[in-house]
Amino acid sequence: MNKIKTNKATLVKVLKYLKPHFPLIAVTIVLSVAVVLLSLYLPRLTGQAVDLIKHADEVDFFTELLKILIKMLEVIVLTAALQWVLSKCNNTVTYRVIRDLRRDAFNRIQKLPLSYLDTKAHGELVSRVINDVEQFADGLLIGFTQLFTGVVTIIGTLFFMLRVNLIVTAVVVLVTPVSLFVAAFIAKHTHDMFKVQSETKGEQTALINETVGNIKTVIAYNREGERLERFDEINRKLQKCSLRAIFYSSLVNPSTRFVNSLVYAGVGLAGGLGAINGALTVGELTCLLSYANQYTKPFNEISGVVTELQNAFVCIERVFEIIEKEPETAEKTRRLEDVKGSVDLKNVYFSYVPERKLIEDLNLSVKPGRKIAIVGPTGCGKTTVINLLMRFYDVNSGSVNVDGFDVRDVTRKSLRQSYGMVLQDIWLKHDTVRNNLLFANPDATEEEMIAAAKAAHAHSFIKRLPKGYDTVLSENGGGLSEGQKQLLCIARVMLKLPPMLILDEATSSIDTRTEHKIQDAFSRMMNGRTSFIVAHRLSTIQNADVILVMKDGHVLEQGRHEDLLANKGFYYTLYNSRNAV
Amino acid sequence: MKRLWIFLKGYTKECVLAPLFKLFEASLELIVPLVVAAMIDNGIANGDKAYVVKMCFVLIGFAVVGLAFSITAQFFAARAAVGFATELRHGLFAHIEKLSFSNIDGQGADTLITRMTGDINQLQSGVNMTLRLFLRSPFIVLGAMIMAFTVDVKAALVFAVVIPVLSLAVFALLLLGIPKFDSVQRATDKLTGKTRENLTGVRVIRAFAKEEDEIRGYSLATELLEKLQVKAANFTALMNPVTFVLINIGLVALIYTGAVRVHVGAISQGAVVALVNYMSQILVELIKLANLVITITKAVACGKRVNGLLEVPEGMPAEAGNEGPATSGAEPQTPVSGGEANGRVPVVSFRNVSVRYYEGADEALKDIDFDVYKGETVGIIGGTGSGKTTLMGLIPRFYDVSAGACLVDGKDVRSYDPEKLREKIVTVLQKAVLFKGTVRDNLRMGKPDATDDEIIEALKRAQAYDFVMSKNGLDTQVEQEGRNFSGGQRQRLSIARALIKKPEVLILDDSSSALDYATDAALRKAISENLGDTTLFVVSQRAGTLAGADKVVVLEDGEAVGIGKHEELLKTCDVYREIANA
Repeated sequence: MNKIKTNKATLVKVLKYLKPHFPLIAVTIVLSVAVVLLSLYLPRLTGQAVDLIKHADEVDFFTELLKILIKMLEVIVLTAALQWVLSKCNNTVTYRVIRDLRRDAFNRIQKLPLSYLDTKAHGELVSRVINDVEQFADGLLIGFTQLFTGVVTIIGTLFFMLRVNLIVTAVVVLVTPVSLFVAAFIAKHTHDMFKVQSETKGEQTALINETVGNIKTVIAYNREGERLERFDEINRKLQKCSLRAIFYSSLVNPSTRFVNSLVYAGVGLAGGLGAINGALTVGELTCLLSYANQYTKPFNEISGVVTELQNAFVCIERVFEIIEKEPETAEKTRRLEDVKGSVDLKNVYFSYVPERKLIEDLNLSVKPGRKIAIVGPTGCGKTTVINLLMRFYDVNSGSVNVDGFDVRDVTRKSLRQSYGMVLQDIWLKHDTVRNNLLFANPDATEEEMIAAAKAAHAHSFIKRLPKGYDTVLSENGGGLSEGQKQLLCIARVMLKLPPMLILDEATSSIDTRTEHKIQDAFSRMMNGRTSFIVAHRLSTIQNADVILVMKDGHVLEQGRHEDLLANKGFYYTLYNSRNAV
Repeated sequence: MKRLWIFLKGYTKECVLAPLFKLFEASLELIVPLVVAAMIDNGIANGDKAYVVKMCFVLIGFAVVGLAFSITAQFFAARAAVGFATELRHGLFAHIEKLSFSNIDGQGADTLITRMTGDINQLQSGVNMTLRLFLRSPFIVLGAMIMAFTVDVKAALVFAVVIPVLSLAVFALLLLGIPKFDSVQRATDKLTGKTRENLTGVRVIRAFAKEEDEIRGYSLATELLEKLQVKAANFTALMNPVTFVLINIGLVALIYTGAVRVHVGAISQGAVVALVNYMSQILVELIKLANLVITITKAVACGKRVNGLLEVPEGMPAEAGNEGPATSGAEPQTPVSGGEANGRVPVVSFRNVSVRYYEGADEALKDIDFDVYKGETVGIIGGTGSGKTTLMGLIPRFYDVSAGACLVDGKDVRSYDPEKLREKIVTVLQKAVLFKGTVRDNLRMGKPDATDDEIIEALKRAQAYDFVMSKNGLDTQVEQEGRNFSGGQRQRLSIARALIKKPEVLILDDSSSALDYATDAALRKAISENLGDTTLFVVSQRAGTLAGADKVVVLEDGEAVGIGKHEELLKTCDVYREIANA
């Protein structure tokens, strides 16, 4: 019951996507009726022609036969032409719907809160936007055209058959549904087999992902044999259940074909006897036999259509789940302008999941142009503070203010544009080095770009790339080392320097020597800008105006390097442990 | 594709029987029009009701036998296809496990996974459909033509004209369509890439407020894909009308010739009906064939990709009797003369090692030469991309040298069975990876028969004991790839997994980078205190951590610019001093 309800709701949403194409769909419907009727008319003409060919010296060529043959040619050409136009309409509708669905899903993803995106596996979202949309459209196209033309064919054939002979028609109508039952019977019994198969497949894919995704570790530990054994065990299980599922489901075709043959024999019997009694001509029998074939075909297809449509619905529901996901809270219209760079965190409470408290009662007041370092052990909440500053996440209570404005009262865009950011997670586009550097500031000149690359010590290795600045980086910068990619990220932010900076482990992948070299550029960058620096290399942050020492979501200490050392607190322990072996 | 055929070998019987039974079934179908013709000419023409009934029972008999034949065929086809896929998956999996690290880097894990899953599935259905239909459809087309000739040679000439024209048209359309589908596939891949890229870069994109640009770029990409798809689909949509027109024009010609032949008294009315039936059988089969060719083209594309992967040479077989590379020909490779110091044999020695990833590339390592003795601790330090990981990868033979040699216990690593070699040497990789199972299972990867006491000891030394105990102890479930542990926890667990093995050589490749200083220091202390005879290599980016090492190797751009103790290097090596002072 519930399922029917959701299906209905889904159908309404699908119709919304089809709506702009209603005129084309109407054309499609008219055309497919025409195509079906025309192609049904052809056997009738064939039958009439056959009836004119009775015995030697009795064939009436010029008056009757040629007339019919010319009519046939006309029907043939018309049918083919309409069929082609019909497919074109169908294709246009299908691929436009695909395009619209993907565009909408992608647009929504841009507005989804990070709290959602961070918890979803990206591969799964990609698969929804690409594969599920594709499968839905395929299913819908095949399902709809076959269902619709199938029904028209059945009705049309019945109509034509009835015009020829009642008894033979009755035979066809009574026997054909048997094939439906056979197909349904097989489908019902194979359903469980397919379920087992897809479960086993899932189990195998998980193992493949884990092993192949981390093949280096497997090799380093000599676990190839053991992994292969485990793989083979599942593989054998999969072989067994796949064979069952595939074999039993492949019985549908022979079985329905068998029923069709029975129908054919039945038509032959009733028609043959009828012909002897003079109830119908040989030409009409020929015509009925070919109708019998055409009539049974849609029945065979319709059983497949149901699964196809069901599958399409499952796919589209997954896509709608993205499109309908609640976006980030609505924007305020006020823009943050001429930012001075004072940042205040007042009584901030935040946690990702309610059961696990993280940041509690965090207070911080930063004057414009100050340099704030955040240090502490893994998992202490350093990156979380960044998430709150950038408003990737909203606080649970308390407030984050920039220049006195609560960040929730200004547009996200204007807030984020006030920060320049280099993250620990290195991300580059699948594009040229140049376009990656110009990502934030497409209007920068060539000289500015090269100056930034030089400052980030990236210029020399970029020059050594096959095409220099025009080298296309493969997806997420493959081909470059992590450190080189991070240098590009740094150069990228240098090209567009807003009033505030966030450097979250910005040099984590860069060796200390290069890091030392780019410190100059960093200090120039930070000069006069409010800067937040997260680092676990304490050497890089000793000259910060304030060091926040965090542990378990709390600020344990805060102050200048020398004061903190003098306090002999947690910072002191952290600092001294760095050189011990 | 020749590497794929091997996997079908065990199924020769099935591969013959499946199409054979299909042909039996098809033969019956070819006789049906003759039965109907006989019914018309003998039964109806003579008013013989018994004959009509008899012929109908013949048709029913054909149906029953045909059913039996086709079920048999389906069975053999399914068995061959599933068996083929199973063995191919096994073969490919085993092959991937034998790839060298440079090949793995070249292919990328995502590609390998797609080959294992999607591509092989597609191949399985390709084999299945091919066995079931590929012979059947041409057989019916040709068979129908031959049968038509037995009915009447002159009338059958129509077939002789229509069929070649038709085949030509069908294959021309298919061949012309393939490049169109290729470009659709490429555009789809690109869109997939764009989607994934957007998700991984969500923070950067939002930080730079680039959502609008992303949406615009994506819109363009979807529109391009849509245009290509419509173009390709409209082209293939020609297939049905074209075959329909050709066949039916053939039909009209057939009726006309038939009429002429009946008129001169050469054939009967029933024969004309039979000829017409053969023509419609051909139409049905051609449509099936066209669909099949699409499935097969897809499968062939997948097959080529899988085959390509199978052709990547298997990493590094043990070269039995290898006496070392030619480059060091002057120097005898015997262990004794190799270890010049105190007559001891070095555990690991690098002899003028150079490495190039591929022909013509710059050298990633140049002329590295040093020895390491039992129980020593060696630090490897250098900038990003200086070759540290590559150098360490030579010892367990993840990579091969392109000149010189890497010796373990005085023997060239290439003369070892890789498995035996890796029993001696354990590397903790930069990227810490755990596997689904319990913590205990994961540690037993290092030592399959480890007791709980040993496991706990290793966990304690790796500073992992506390957080493991705070969860569910050794029985804590590890999710796929260790997702339920933080980066630092994963690193500590993978170090514990290495420690438990008590290997002869332990390599820590920057494997505590996610740890804070305090934990890192405690870890290093625990490791060095319990080292015993183990030779330790530590790759690091911090000079401070290497102060206690017996030897530090400073790499820059693939060259060893300094080898010595911390204090010496501080005096003699500029690069080292720079790193240390950073």
